[in-house]
Amino acid sequence: MKITQISVFLENRKGRLYDVCSLLGAHHVNIRALTIAETESFGVLRMVVDKCDAAVKLLREHGFVANFTDVVAVEVPDTPGGLAAVLKVFADNDVNVEYMYGFVEKHSDKALLVFRFEDTDVAQQVLAKHSISIVTKQEIEGL
Amino acid sequence: MIWKKDVECLDLAGLKALQSHHLKKLIPYICRNCPVYKQKIDAAGVNPDAIQSIDDIKKLPFTTKEDMRDYYPYGLFSASQDQIHEIHVSSGTTGNPTLVGYTKDDLKLWGDVMARVLCCAGAEPGDTIQIAYGYGLFTGGLGFHYGALEMGLRIIPTSSGQTARQLKIMQDFKPRILGCTPSYALYMAEEAKELGIDPTQGNWKIGIFGAEPWSESMRREIEAAWNMLATDVYGLSEIIGPGVAQECQHKDGLHIFSDVFYPEVIDPATGEEVPEGQDGELTITTLTKQGIPLIRYRTRDIVSIRYDKCRCGRTSPRISKIKGRTDDMIVVRGINVFPSQIEHVLVGIEGTQPHYQIVVDRKARQLDEVEVLVEVEQRFFSDEIRHLSELRERIRKEIQNVLSIGVKVTLVEPKTIERSMGKSQRIVDKRTL
Ligand SMILES: [Zn+2]
Repeated sequence: MKITQISVFLENRKGRLYDVCSLLGAHHVNIRALTIAETESFGVLRMVVDKCDAAVKLLREHGFVANFTDVVAVEVPDTPGGLAAVLKVFADNDVNVEYMYGFVEKHSDKALLVFRFEDTDVAQQVLAKHSISIVTKQEIEGL
Repeated sequence: MIWKKDVECLDLAGLKALQSHHLKKLIPYICRNCPVYKQKIDAAGVNPDAIQSIDDIKKLPFTTKEDMRDYYPYGLFSASQDQIHEIHVSSGTTGNPTLVGYTKDDLKLWGDVMARVLCCAGAEPGDTIQIAYGYGLFTGGLGFHYGALEMGLRIIPTSSGQTARQLKIMQDFKPRILGCTPSYALYMAEEAKELGIDPTQGNWKIGIFGAEPWSESMRREIEAAWNMLATDVYGLSEIIGPGVAQECQHKDGLHIFSDVFYPEVIDPATGEEVPEGQDGELTITTLTKQGIPLIRYRTRDIVSIRYDKCRCGRTSPRISKIKGRTDDMIVVRGINVFPSQIEHVLVGIEGTQPHYQIVVDRKARQLDEVEVLVEVEQRFFSDEIRHLSELRERIRKEIQNVLSIGVKVTLVEPKTIERSMGKSQRIVDKRTL
């Protein structure tokens, strides 16, 4: 099952990340996972939040450029080699990962990772075939 | 409809006779009433009696913006102050402001040429016009007002600003004509969308846009956004305000009202007239003004001019859209850079609207650097850095191709580039020369 990621365009200016986080915080939107990809002048903030529709509406109202992207949250055993095993499945099945990042909280004894695939549907089929568990939207909201 | 058919469609010989007639009266009038001009003309070694035809105008000295400032306030006036019924002042960045004054007849002239403008754009008797140019010391608002009064249109004098109210007035009173700056027309389209109003369903069908330079690509954008005919009006307060030239529905050059505002297009460096169709600085003589008539006033606007008859029937010559300013043009590493060139590239690249700013700076190593700031928009934003970097690279390469100098392109967050109600700040020159 896909989950929704929010991406936000940010200039590399002091306090812009804070502006986004405090805006979301003030409106009771909880950030579950977050990463920033940067160039020398701008960055893209990517997040998984509990209320994504409300969050994007809020951000756009406050002048940010914000979009939705489909991603998949994968449970990875929190043991040595746990991530390698999952990545091997992708490599063996020609599933391209655009980028990935970790969740803030831990989910039981497993680590949660957000994956952005080139082709999300194909990736999901591969994950299901290899019994790698993924996290549902409902679980994200309830985390 | 053509407002003043007898002069707007006059054959060239007739036009020349009329211009000669006016000039022959103008020069003695100025010499009698304005010591500063008398002295200027004497210093040029010209005997006022030698001015017999419009062709003799070339013997007369130019008037510049600096003259306007140096002889502030009343030095260039030919009428005494008790004959002046209205004054307009524009502030400059340096030195004295520019003052212009209108006699009763000058105000009548203004109303007349602005009525010509409105008709030329396609206004018909019975139309309603929303005037969203600023009212006040800026000549835009009142100039349109006088023209609309003269023509007998229904006027909604909203002045500039208060966009939500502008849009409500448009919906409530359904004016077919809109007058404002082109950047404000685009700004209002954006605001309309944010307020849930579909601008393509708007009531304005004809826009008369001016007071700042704008390009053909910006015209296409405005026409698509508002589903209207977007026409260009030209004017400057020193000459009269708006009302010097206007595009007809063919949008193939701006008809300049040369029976009263005599145009010459010259090489800004030599002062010599350039051949028809070539770019040069527009110079205007006000043939019938009384308050502050100007002889061969250097507008600093770069245009070309053509004298063939237009499909609309008007014979008045046509100037091109303003192609640049002799003073706004920036020279970077020996290359002339006009904002319009960069705007053209941005519109050509899918998805980018021309909200941009050009920043020129000179770093320690003494080499001028050009940075173009472009606002990122929802529709071309991507969660992948790679796509954004590719877009930036494409913009950079295309601008570089056009300008032949290296530029840096920076993507910035939306609405971070200042967008004033009037003129947008397109160039920031940080160099200390
Ligand atoms: Zn025409």
